[in-house]
Amino acid sequence: MKISPLLTVIALVSLAFTLATGLAPRAEKWSQLGKSDNLFGMMFGDARKLFANHFFTMADVYFHSGYYPSVFDQNAPQQKEIISASRGQKETEEDEKKEDFMGKPRDWIDGFGRHFKITAHTHLENGNEREMLPWLRLAADLDPQSIATYTVGAFFLQEHLGRTQEAEAFLREGLRNNPGNHELLFELGRIYEEALHDQDRARNVWELGVKKVLELKPKTDEEIRDQKQAFDKLVVHLAHLEEGEGHYPESIAWLKAAQKVSPAPEELQKQIDALLKKVSAPQK
Amino acid sequence: MNKIFALAGVVIKELYRRKDFYVLFVLTALLTLGAGAASFFHDDKIIRYVKDICLLLIWVSSIVIAIVTTARQIPAEREARTIFPLLAKPVSRGQVIVGKFLGCWLASGIALVVFYFFFAIITGSREHVWPFGIYFQAMWMQWFMLAIVTAMVLLGSIFFAAPSSTNTICFIVVLGLLGLGGHLGKIALQQAQPVQNILTFLYFFIPHLEWYDLRDFVVYDQPLIACSAIAQATVYAAVWTAIFLFLAWLGFRRKGLNT
Repeated sequence: MKISPLLTVIALVSLAFTLATGLAPRAEKWSQLGKSDNLFGMMFGDARKLFANHFFTMADVYFHSGYYPSVFDQNAPQQKEIISASRGQKETEEDEKKEDFMGKPRDWIDGFGRHFKITAHTHLENGNEREMLPWLRLAADLDPQSIATYTVGAFFLQEHLGRTQEAEAFLREGLRNNPGNHELLFELGRIYEEALHDQDRARNVWELGVKKVLELKPKTDEEIRDQKQAFDKLVVHLAHLEEGEGHYPESIAWLKAAQKVSPAPEELQKQIDALLKKVSAPQK
Repeated sequence: MNKIFALAGVVIKELYRRKDFYVLFVLTALLTLGAGAASFFHDDKIIRYVKDICLLLIWVSSIVIAIVTTARQIPAEREARTIFPLLAKPVSRGQVIVGKFLGCWLASGIALVVFYFFFAIITGSREHVWPFGIYFQAMWMQWFMLAIVTAMVLLGSIFFAAPSSTNTICFIVVLGLLGLGGHLGKIALQQAQPVQNILTFLYFFIPHLEWYDLRDFVVYDQPLIACSAIAQATVYAAVWTAIFLFLAWLGFRRKGLNT
């Protein structure tokens, strides 16, 4: 039997159309599978976290402009420097020494090879921090449960690039993927307070953060320590916010709460005493 | 010398007659343009990841072109029996080896020029700066790395049974040299004897292809490398190329040509 080529094409197109109508609703469901709510989760499963971690490391490599230890180097950093930078930690001279992973050349091959390697420890600055953003975006897409990706991304967007809207949107995306996360709430509150000067929203977000921290049920010593640190950070910021607004009694209350977990309660007591003086001073 | 250039000319013509280069160039261009079209946080000044991806693709493509083009040269001549009329002419086997090498190396160089021209256009149009000095150094070093690779593959094609096995083995060796070559010394220190001695020997014995990878200097906008270092690396590449070509000539000199 001879089949017309035109009929064959029409039949194949019809078949493709029929299959497409059947498969489209299924494809819609694929993107809703799992926690990640994206196609990467469906495609890679938990392996996406490995890729996400690699992309996050790439952001750190870019932050150092390529000066970065390989897996074969002895003193690979314990914590990625973009995380410590986003937490406001400054590098000490000792840290710098630790990060000199190259040391002295071991032999002539190593020595000569350094002509073709980046050997200066520098950090991105003057707006070049933007170069890390693609890797952070990809890391967030691949592992939406990684909190550090959102906090680091938002920090560099807001602090270094002045992109407050994008920073807020990135943190909100993180909160959608990790509802009620206190770290994200803290960073969001910082943006409201420091960049947008919206004290009411900052207060609401931080108070929600305190509530979420108190809801945690830590089991290990490390988890207990983390909970205390998170609580301390949130209530101290709330206290300063209330002080700035002139709400001294509320500020004192938050500082007293912070005293229970703070490693330096005496310092907080001095702040409380100063606030008590302001409260007791006659109003002009 | 004219005979060597005539042989090399045939290989270069083969490069533009075959589809390998076009396919790899189009793939590189499409992937780079696709990556460049992506928008991250509505910031159109982000460029380094595009450079990174494009240079990686250029490296992969150039290594594929060098290995695949070189691996088939002598086996193809033998299989098609064109090696007999070729050697019947006043051409020595040494000239055949050098001519084939030169052709493959120049063909890789031409491909590199096209790739780097594309790279410069893409990055320049976005960054509005044209650091031709570092581009030239990166391309020069890559080209001399390809000289070592080409000579090594030519040597492999004399001894291995088929181009497919030459390709596979050479890809593994080149990737190993690029990925591990510079770290073997460190790895050796963490091993027990006799592995430590074996790895240390390998570390000093192998050609260090990782020196020729200047992608980081281009991506992270680093200053130019000292010309003396580039010159020394060039001499190092020339020495290794000569060693591989000499070994290839030794193997080819007494090799039976019947398939």
